[in-house]
Amino acid sequence: MSETLHLLVVDDEIGMRLSVERALRHYSTHAPDLQHEVNFRISQAETGEAALALIDSDTPDIILLDYKLPGISGLEVLLALKERKLDILVVMITAYASLETAVQATKSGAFDFLAKPFTPEELRATVHKTTKHCMVQRQAAKLAGERRQIRFEFLSVLAHELKSPLAAVEGNMFILRDHLAGDAIQAYDHLVNRSIIRLEGMKKLIFDLLDLTRIESGQKKRSLMDIDVCAIARQSIETHGVLALDKQVSISFEGPESLVFKADAGELEIIFNNLISNAVKYNQDGGTVVVSVRELGATVSIAVRDSGIGMTKEEVSKLFGEFIRIKNQKTMNILGSGLGLSILKRLSHLYGGQVSVESEPDQGSTFTVTLQKDAVAASAGSESIPITV
Amino acid sequence: MTLTKKILVVDDDIDQLDHVAMILKAEGYDVIRAQGQKEGEDAILTTIPDLAILDLMMENMDSGFVLCNQIKRLYPETPVILLTAVKSATGLDFSPKSSGAASWIKADVLLDKPVRPEQLRNEVKRLMA
Repeated sequence: MSETLHLLVVDDEIGMRLSVERALRHYSTHAPDLQHEVNFRISQAETGEAALALIDSDTPDIILLDYKLPGISGLEVLLALKERKLDILVVMITAYASLETAVQATKSGAFDFLAKPFTPEELRATVHKTTKHCMVQRQAAKLAGERRQIRFEFLSVLAHELKSPLAAVEGNMFILRDHLAGDAIQAYDHLVNRSIIRLEGMKKLIFDLLDLTRIESGQKKRSLMDIDVCAIARQSIETHGVLALDKQVSISFEGPESLVFKADAGELEIIFNNLISNAVKYNQDGGTVVVSVRELGATVSIAVRDSGIGMTKEEVSKLFGEFIRIKNQKTMNILGSGLGLSILKRLSHLYGGQVSVESEPDQGSTFTVTLQKDAVAASAGSESIPITV
Repeated sequence: MTLTKKILVVDDDIDQLDHVAMILKAEGYDVIRAQGQKEGEDAILTTIPDLAILDLMMENMDSGFVLCNQIKRLYPETPVILLTAVKSATGLDFSPKSSGAASWIKADVLLDKPVRPEQLRNEVKRLMA
């Protein structure tokens, strides 16, 4: 793949313009990390005025700009470009390469300098450097644009997910206000219960969102120490005892007496709480949940198996998107934010691991989170976390 | 005696579905419920609704538009009301009245969720008059 950049030479000496054209006509360069070759299309302008006129009709990517021109000076051209907020890299050419002009031009936005007289090699070296900068800059702008887009989509969906429960509750209030279901108060029990369920779901979404934001921003201070992952598992099982009792779901633990590695206790708790609460919520009444912790070489594998409603292959494939909730008759009364798996995914990445799922409709699901025991030590000190939100 | 008017209501949010259905039933309409775009598509193959009320964002961001187009193609006479909770959040203006939009949106009315009972009753009456 190749790309052609438009390079404009602004100089009142025709010899200068021609020698630039000669030096670059068949020149091509590679920007590092970019696959493609870059060629140049060269145009010329004799004065600053002519250059500005040309820029309006055919905007160049790079300008080689003489400092001393017959009409407006190179510096004035530079200021005019700055005013127009154009994405052009300017290399100043001057015979009077004084520190003062250098500072002045750089302040006004010039990217680089070339002192007259220069050899074709010097010119190419400068053009290569400028091209590299230009390509890197564009790549960065493209990535920033994509990130903005992802962020916008996340926020749009978030707004929708927050407004839906509000709209549901508000709608129920309209029905109540207008007594649309008749005068018997029992006729409204269902609406009231549904309103409570929706509000609780909204509350959970907000809490999960806060968790996710803290993980993403890296602001939550990670306190890494030797942690017994089995102890955390048992503790989380106990925490979910009440919820499990409601559904007569029994939770058991499989694993060694203890398994110690460097981790953040809070993060491990979030992982177990997410896995176990899901396994209980999406279970059948009287079902079972098995929490297992295993050590496989350098990997700690946490698996939570339930005997719940399970998912079809199609549902599983959708599961890992943000705000994805599997909606069907079986899940309509189950609270969820659609962010639990995003949280699990982010946390497991912090430990160089991943999340996987196996599921069979009406048979149950097994969620497995793997963590690398030495991942934390390896990345210690680097607080940067990949941000996809 | 005229036949009871059939209204198709499509929404992936079960509570919104109930909400709209209750308002319409209180008015004596026959309500056909479909939870989501897919159920909605199935429903229009077997029933000709006198009016359709569709949620915009269901399985996909544009489920309501897609379903609306299908209904208009099958039954050009059936008025369609689109419901959305996202209009103000996204700042998108797809009011059917705005120039140009009407041709591709095809819905007759666009209402904010949750729709107020009196507003829904008025629009339904007006569209089926």
